[in-house]
Amino acid sequence: MDKSIALINQRIREGTAQVVTADRMPALVEELGEDRALKEVDVVTTGTFGAMCSSGAFLNFGHADPPIRMERVWLNDVEAYGGLAAVDAYIGATQQSTTLGDQYGGAHVMEDLVSGHVVELRGISRGTDCYPRRNITTELTIEDLNQAMMMNPRNAYQRYNAATNSTDQTLHTYMGTLLPNRGNINYSGAGCLSPLSNDPTFRTIGGGVPIFLCGATGMVVGEGTQHSPAGGFGTLSVTGDMKKMGPDFLRAATMHQYGVSLYVGIGVPIPILDHDMVRSTAIRDEDITVDLLDYGVPRRNRPALRRVSYAELKTGKIEVNGEEVRTSSLSSYRKALEVARTLQGWIQKGTFELALPTRRIDPTVSARPMRETALVPRVRDIMNTNVISISEDESIRSAAKTLLKGDTNHLPVLNRDGTLVGIVTTYDVSKAVVKEEKNQKVKDVMTTRVIKTSPDEHVDVAAQKLERYNISALPVVDNQNKMVGLLTAIDLGKLFGKRWQK
Amino acid sequence: MKLLLTFSKKKNREPVIAQVVKETGVLISVERAHIDSTSGEVLIDVPDTDAPRICALMEAKGITVRILEHGISRNQDECVDCGACVSICPKEVFYLDAEHQVHLRDERCVLCGKCIPACPHRALSQTL
Ligand code: SF4
Ligand code: SF4
Repeated sequence: MDKSIALINQRIREGTAQVVTADRMPALVEELGEDRALKEVDVVTTGTFGAMCSSGAFLNFGHADPPIRMERVWLNDVEAYGGLAAVDAYIGATQQSTTLGDQYGGAHVMEDLVSGHVVELRGISRGTDCYPRRNITTELTIEDLNQAMMMNPRNAYQRYNAATNSTDQTLHTYMGTLLPNRGNINYSGAGCLSPLSNDPTFRTIGGGVPIFLCGATGMVVGEGTQHSPAGGFGTLSVTGDMKKMGPDFLRAATMHQYGVSLYVGIGVPIPILDHDMVRSTAIRDEDITVDLLDYGVPRRNRPALRRVSYAELKTGKIEVNGEEVRTSSLSSYRKALEVARTLQGWIQKGTFELALPTRRIDPTVSARPMRETALVPRVRDIMNTNVISISEDESIRSAAKTLLKGDTNHLPVLNRDGTLVGIVTTYDVSKAVVKEEKNQKVKDVMTTRVIKTSPDEHVDVAAQKLERYNISALPVVDNQNKMVGLLTAIDLGKLFGKRWQK
Repeated sequence: MKLLLTFSKKKNREPVIAQVVKETGVLISVERAHIDSTSGEVLIDVPDTDAPRICALMEAKGITVRILEHGISRNQDECVDCGACVSICPKEVFYLDAEHQVHLRDERCVLCGKCIPACPHRALSQTL
């Protein structure tokens, strides 16, 4: 027997609704069978608690006297977007403090506000006839605001690809700290508890649906940005009244050397209307799989090392190419459960009713990549092709001469067929000269672990290498490791001085 | 008991740890060492009963000794039990229990500091 949402809500009001958290549903359906599960379960509550960068809030401060039309606005030194009406602003979670950098940002302002802490507002204006005031500084708490509307364009990712790093350097990413040589794997998402994994066809999740948001009642606005459910990566945009939220389910975070983000707690209640909803909420961690991506490749399409399920990720280690690698979650499963259980409690108490979407979300679309109209410079566009090199068997003396004559600090070392085997710098050669060892050859002093680039690599990626390894030149090699050029910090400087940068 | 030894290379040219092992017969396990051209920092683990003796001897040899009572410490108010620290720690100090809560095996910690920046919630710190 199918159930209507009206019947479920009636049971909620009467206090007889049966509510279970999504993690319990697979076992329950197995035990009772689909028919009895449909009869006995009215609502399944879901939950997730993780970093959701695409979050923020519209704030209204009320008018000052004399009034000001704030053009630029800062809250505790974090700039909020003021390109709205006179005393409205949007504080974005990832915006960083002008004084404290990534140690404090928009997310921290939001956490301070919901914690009832005092926040300093600074605003400036050029002054108009109706709004003569030019600047304002005042201290506020969330109580003093007329509205604090959380408005998050992209939350509640259905699932998220896991991350590892096969380079020999630690990487600091939005997926956390990735140790070198696949030293660890980070993942995010609550698996079987995740709201969208329990209704991947968006039958009951859509615009207008009431949800749990950061400890308060919120609402789904519609699909989120980058919504890509065709591939299993649906998202939601959500809103809620920040004045009713607390810091239990809204936490600022800093991803080391990446930046500020906001941990958001979201729970969506799913009405068990028919057999299809029983089946979709019986999803297990084993059924939800993602790619394990190599963040060592700084491109949009990172290579996938393998497919992995949340069940495997949650065991704490998985195997990659025969090696066991430890996994870490960035989102909190304990908190996700707390979200689902809190929502369960609200519904059981009769204080939270369900609604079907007033605006459906398309379950078939895919997000498109950015359309780029300007040429992105590649290494080949700016590299130096007229490179002086040296062979590995030459003497130190001749290396010194070549360096002097060529007015350069780097000499790529080639073997007979033009393959790059090392690099020597002025420093290596001077050191060798000082040591005065007899018959030293270039190959005795050269660096053999050469950091290099390819003609096709994007200039920004090459620039990142120079900075990370603190070096001033990169040999450019083709895919046979034959040297085709040299890219120096000076070439990059020229580029950024001219054409591609405005 | 964990002892943090700091020594300057200029003063200590001798193999101090080896000497102390020889003189006392106590087996010292070196858990972490960071040595550069001018100074060094070595974290050792010794049986609690031998610690006073070892401290005294090390100090007599010109080494600064600090007793480390605790490993890394965690602020429970900031921690959200994500577990980001779990795979970062080389000593497997952190683990999740059946309730998905993160716990610390404090005694394993060698205070390498790697987990501190990796915690998104700034919940970990080194109290000295
Ligand atoms: S990374 Fe930080 S917040 Fe996450 S479990 Fe470890 S100590 Fe807690
Ligand atoms: S300081 Fe090092 S050993 Fe101690 S818990 Fe952190 S990562 Fe582990």
